[in-house]
Amino acid sequence: MADVTAAYPPTRGRRVREVVFRTLSAAALLFVIGPSVWLIADVVVRAVPHWRWDVLTTVPLGTGGGLENAVLGTLVIMVGVLLIAGTVGVLSGIHFAELARPRRSGRAGGTVLRTATEVLSGFPSIVLGYVGYVALCVGLHWGFSLLPALIVLSLMVTPYIAKSTESALRQVPTSYREGAEALGMSTGYALRKVVIKSALPGIVTGLLIALAIAVGETAPLIYTAGITNTLPSASLIHQPIAYLTYYVWTDYNQPIKSTQYLSFDAALILIVLVLVLLVVSRVLVNRTQRHAEGRR
Amino acid sequence: MGDETVSPTAGAPPARRAFAARRAGLLTRGGEESLWRWSARVASVIPLAGLAFVLAVLAVKAWPAIKVNGPGFLSRSSWVPGSTYANPVVTNGVSHPAGASYGAWPLIAGTLQTSVIALIVALPISIGTAFALTERLPPWLARPLSFFVEVLAGIPSVIIGLWGVLTLGPFLAAHVYPLIANHVPDVPVLRYFRGPTGYGEGLLTSGLVLGLMIVPIIASTTRDLFLQVPPLPKEGAEALGMTEAEVARRVTIPWVRSGIIGATVLGLGRALGETIAVAMISGSVLGVVSPNIFGTMTTVAATIVSQLDSAATDGTGFAISTLAEAGLVLAVISVVVNVVARVIVNKSSRHVAPVGRG
Repeated sequence: MADVTAAYPPTRGRRVREVVFRTLSAAALLFVIGPSVWLIADVVVRAVPHWRWDVLTTVPLGTGGGLENAVLGTLVIMVGVLLIAGTVGVLSGIHFAELARPRRSGRAGGTVLRTATEVLSGFPSIVLGYVGYVALCVGLHWGFSLLPALIVLSLMVTPYIAKSTESALRQVPTSYREGAEALGMSTGYALRKVVIKSALPGIVTGLLIALAIAVGETAPLIYTAGITNTLPSASLIHQPIAYLTYYVWTDYNQPIKSTQYLSFDAALILIVLVLVLLVVSRVLVNRTQRHAEGRR
Repeated sequence: MGDETVSPTAGAPPARRAFAARRAGLLTRGGEESLWRWSARVASVIPLAGLAFVLAVLAVKAWPAIKVNGPGFLSRSSWVPGSTYANPVVTNGVSHPAGASYGAWPLIAGTLQTSVIALIVALPISIGTAFALTERLPPWLARPLSFFVEVLAGIPSVIIGLWGVLTLGPFLAAHVYPLIANHVPDVPVLRYFRGPTGYGEGLLTSGLVLGLMIVPIIASTTRDLFLQVPPLPKEGAEALGMTEAEVARRVTIPWVRSGIIGATVLGLGRALGETIAVAMISGSVLGVVSPNIFGTMTTVAATIVSQLDSAATDGTGFAISTLAEAGLVLAVISVVVNVVARVIVNKSSRHVAPVGRG
């Protein structure tokens, strides 16, 4: 760097600025990593010393008990979101990437739908929760229950799934489609057997990350799912359902220690759940990239 | 509609068509294709229908409040639900509790203030992080750290809020805020940084935590963008004798500037709509704009989540309606911000960060 050139003569000021720049960029990284590690360690330190395994097998009782209702409720919500948002999101991703007809102008098709999907993906989640409460829980007399919660959460993560499915499909090499066509496959058959098959890891990755988002949401659920100390029931409406984030949100500032511990336990379970989902998705991404053909 | 599309094998010899049909099993070739086409078409309309439904419900619910609160709703500083015991009063044909007076200015100001603080904190940190990850660190270290930054985007906001209110806030209030408040000179603009520092719940803590929450969005997009900058211009600049800092400032960052702006606005959208973490950390004070940067406050989103419960006890439904109006204001702000961001980002990057919102 100290080479003498006419265009950029080395000066003391430039050298100082270089050192400052490097220091600042290292400091910036530390400012991200530091608080994140602090945050995760904080939850672990608050939860682990008081951790009891029967938190997973008992329901809240008075000021203590466990979180079995919330763990199961969160799992039920995950499955429901996977079914609803997964179906809708993957299909609309397929629509955007494969089936939407290009405009006469030559631009990609489905512009209005795509814009709506993107607007929805930036929509404040509490406003979705409010509408779920007003229109579904109160308006349709469903009460706090699973179905309005699933509808609101699905509405929230569907755009994400659609977007990730679309980009996974767009990464399938054109030669695959041409090969399928050359073999005489119909568009639908080629889509199922060739295109979607090779985009599957990418699609599943998107689904897992969407699930991680759904698991961590609180605002859209508070006024749609309600809360209950009982285990999830089979009914879609009229029965409230428990979920983990609720306990983090309400129990941390309760006066009784054993209740506070439930909040920290719920936070720990959530972090583990989200980490598992994200790590699995990352492993899938790495595998896809290894198999990708001449693509980044 | 399905038949109009030109099938790729439309002109193929019959033998090949038969082959495809046989391979397709139960479904005929046209049958399977139109099944895909129609189900995908129906599914892709659902987000639009959902968005329209949400906006329609908001508008209908907010209408009575808009009629009573008037345009002053955006500029007033009050949050008085009125008396639930006295007989309801009728204004402009809308029945509401006597003495009810709502103004969203403190909420709007709080939303904008926290988001601006978050951006001021997050933007330089994100660019520095992206730079460290792409240019400075060896790959064996940069890869896991990049993944870690993405994981941070997936941590539930309620947990970040928990940490913010129980650990970060008290820490800052005990060790950092007094230092700032006591050493900043007492002159007009900087006076905003003086005064009582509180217990760590408030504007600055909320803004800092929001900043931490949007760093992963901006940083991971910026990292991807930096990786897309072709090496030749950078090498050329280095051959001219530029230092790394100069290459970054004059070549790399200008190359992807629109992408960085887009990602930043996307992060801004997240900060505007964030609910739970802010509801936990802001101190939830309604009706006043914080006099200094340490004061307690609230945002539109946090107010909806913390007030909906008690709003439901208003027999006239006016409080619920007012929250819809607040939600409408927030929705308009975020939709505008997001549309602007998408327009900029779509031109430059296809990255999608795992982003929760509340």
